[in-house]
Amino acid sequence: MSDCLGEWCERIREAVARGHQLAIVGGASKDFYGRPWSEACSARLSTLAHSGIVDYEPSELSLTARAGTPLAEIEAALASQGQMLAFEPPHFAGGATLGGAIAAGLSGPRRAAAGAARDFVLGAKIIDGRGQPLAFGGRVMKNVAGYDVSRLLAGSLGTLGLITEVSLKVLPLPAASLSLRLAASQGRALELMNDWAGRALPITASAWEDAGEGGALTLRLAGSRAAVRAAQRELGGETLELEQAGAYWRHLRDQRAPFFDAAPTLWRLSLDSTTPPLDLPGTTLIEWGGALRWLRADADHKTMHAAMMAIGKGAHATLFCASLEARAAGVFQPLGSPLLALHRELKRRFDPAGVLNPGRMYAEF
Amino acid sequence: MMDAERKADSRQAGVSAAAIAALSAILPRRCLLAAAEERRPYECDGLTAFRQLPDLVLLPETEAQLIAVLKLCHQLKLPVVARGAGTGLSGGATPVAAGVVLSLAKFMTILEIDPLARTARVQPGVRNLAISEAAAPYGLYYAPDPSSQIACTIGGNIAENAGGVHCLKYGLTVHNVIGLRVATMAGEVLEIGGAALDAPGYDLLALLIGSEGMLGVVLEATVKLTPKPLLARVLMASFAEVAQAGRAVAAIIGAGIIPAGLEMMDRAATAAVEAFVHAGYDLEAETILLAESDGTPEEVGDEIEAMRKVLEDSGASEVRVSRDEAERLKFWAGRKAAFPAVGRITPDYICMDGTIPRKHIAAMLTRIQEFSREFGLRCANVFHAGDGNLHPLIMFDASQPGELERATAFGTRILELSVEMGGTITGEHGVGIEKVQQMCAQFSATELELFRGIKSAFDPFALLNPGKVVPTPRRCSEYRLTGSAK
Ligand SMILES: Cc1cc2nc3c(=O)[nH]c(=O)nc-3n(C[C@H](O)[C@H](O)[C@H](O)COP(=O)(O)OP(=O)(O)OC[C@H]3O[C@@H](n4cnc5c(N)ncnc54)[C@H](O)[C@@H]3O)c2cc1C
Repeated sequence: MSDCLGEWCERIREAVARGHQLAIVGGASKDFYGRPWSEACSARLSTLAHSGIVDYEPSELSLTARAGTPLAEIEAALASQGQMLAFEPPHFAGGATLGGAIAAGLSGPRRAAAGAARDFVLGAKIIDGRGQPLAFGGRVMKNVAGYDVSRLLAGSLGTLGLITEVSLKVLPLPAASLSLRLAASQGRALELMNDWAGRALPITASAWEDAGEGGALTLRLAGSRAAVRAAQRELGGETLELEQAGAYWRHLRDQRAPFFDAAPTLWRLSLDSTTPPLDLPGTTLIEWGGALRWLRADADHKTMHAAMMAIGKGAHATLFCASLEARAAGVFQPLGSPLLALHRELKRRFDPAGVLNPGRMYAEF
Repeated sequence: MMDAERKADSRQAGVSAAAIAALSAILPRRCLLAAAEERRPYECDGLTAFRQLPDLVLLPETEAQLIAVLKLCHQLKLPVVARGAGTGLSGGATPVAAGVVLSLAKFMTILEIDPLARTARVQPGVRNLAISEAAAPYGLYYAPDPSSQIACTIGGNIAENAGGVHCLKYGLTVHNVIGLRVATMAGEVLEIGGAALDAPGYDLLALLIGSEGMLGVVLEATVKLTPKPLLARVLMASFAEVAQAGRAVAAIIGAGIIPAGLEMMDRAATAAVEAFVHAGYDLEAETILLAESDGTPEEVGDEIEAMRKVLEDSGASEVRVSRDEAERLKFWAGRKAAFPAVGRITPDYICMDGTIPRKHIAAMLTRIQEFSREFGLRCANVFHAGDGNLHPLIMFDASQPGELERATAFGTRILELSVEMGGTITGEHGVGIEKVQQMCAQFSATELELFRGIKSAFDPFALLNPGKVVPTPRRCSEYRLTGSAK
């Protein structure tokens, strides 16, 4: 395995020397996400060969695995010990790896209740843009020695370093779980979800969809048997079959639900959960108690970004799925000038020659 | 990065009269402390063994003043140390020679509580507990609860990524802050995050939280509020042997339980605490564990029974459950008063903060007892056991020649052992000036170089809290000569 790392260090150093750029790829399940690699990104560096769980001790609540390890393998190992990745990372079409999951930093339906990918990162090993192996964080629950580089990597889309190994905090699987469905308009669903989130209810996922007449709100309750049962009684609605419920949340996580099939262009809007229904064209699916809104619409960048600016409080839009040309024009909400300057400075510290996934996040770095 | 060192060396001694005049033009007289007796309270933070009288203390009252101060200091290349309540335990707020202290004490306003969105927007000088008090009418609270929460500020919590006794279940500061407004040393304002659950670009919140006041000055924070559980109860278990208690911790987690709090105290700590706050601790026990459950009454009932069984199976000689809220608070009051309680029985103490895998807790406690004999100094142990975060309190008398040095050497041994056991030198108190040296044990030269790079991306002239956290290459090579560097 160390051969693999040595070879990668060498490849990165060589790319620097020759002025090449490298495209880092894991399971290729998220090739569709982010800005496309530039033409100049001649070579792909696949992490798949560097695979396997390095350390897993259930009573330590931590798991360490190499970047190329399939998420499915990690989840199976955890499930056999009654544990899970609480941020429920999407697998999309399948084959997703740990390195890719952290580099993309995406989280699934449990995000609003349990936290995001970055919240569970305890440590990481990387190779920086000079071809140097570095390690940050560790396997323990708390660590404030130095800047928190490992969390910074979550969502950096491989632009700061080639992630080679990650340590994560893991959690026990809930003892009981069931899903409910209620009829509710979008506005009513937003009110309900925010109201419930302010009370100690065991809601671990929520999704509202336009279901013809009015809309449907699906909730997942999980926790102790007693708490789930009490919440079921209080919230009412129709209880889904166990299998149907499992498939529903898995398809939502991986965007294989019918909502995601239709139009090619999909916007991801992240905003204050209490924001009322948006006055934007297209169809909507809401997750995370109102804080995440998917919009299927052919809206242009300008309109979407302006709409987010108007909402404020950190609202931002991502062009999640679209044609290559549209993604090349920009995927993420543009950064203000001081923030953009800071991003470039940081990129320069990790990858001075710009060999690692340049332009995958923003065209400027 | 030798540059930064040279720059530091060439700094003129003292803040010049011209600089004071320029600062006086920005700040009203009452916001500028120049007399020695006014500056004295700022000469150290909670790490009282290190002191440096600042040349000047600035207490701006408005954001515009604060930014103007930063711009001027940047222009004059004057070092600045931000300061909250000064309760930090690693010297993060210790002034630097020929620099100014920038106190955030006047920024005490809770700007907004949004009960529906479950967020609070606050100024940096707001006390940790004040946020929970303001949120209480809505059935909400701010989850991270450092034992210093009556005094410490949210700005200081953000700088240190502070934790508390409920962090295993509810997370650290980094898990509970969703937006920041920050000024860089150059006086530029950055808006990061907000009320959304993520932000475009790099996760700068992760980088800023825990950066010990070295990357920017927090002007405003948006924090997450958590609904108050309907009920909370705490178990207190006594153990005749440390090893049993260590195993009980792993067994609780192994049983799929994440307690709302899981804390350990040894006999030296309980004795000091009992004399101080009469918490009702078992003084016969070698170690006690406090394990809390919260949630609905049914949930708490089930979880308390499950934990009681694990504790008894692990060899607890006695297990008590808090009968009511008053008793629950009494059990916790002892734990939260542990530091001041130890402070009463010794002239001086230093608090270590290593974090280790839970499975090594018993081995670590045994080694600490050996070190205690070797260095001839008493030590009381308080642990965030659920997180594997140790707080050995090493007692000494600074007026006795050599004792401070012995205490420091004792602490260093614990930190190096933490790293050897696969842990870290600091779980929540930060590196500050106290553990700069031990950073060389935990990080390689190239890793430290990247830290210097990150610092320079925010603060190219190394003016904000200089000399903290990241050792110079020279210090590390000296450290390396004495042994344990990576
Ligand atoms: C009795 C006692 C118990 C404690 N218990 C705990 C505990 O349980 N958990 C825990 O984590 N800690 C604990 N601590 C340590 C301390 O209280 C925390 O580190 C706290 O977060 C410091 O807050 P402060 O406002 O006092 O910050 P200060 O000590 O004033 O400063 C700490 C650091 O923050 C920086 N800073 C302050 N304000 C700002 C700002 N606005 N912008 C940028 N940087 C800033 C300073 O430069 C400094 O580096 C304890 C301390 C004591 C004395």
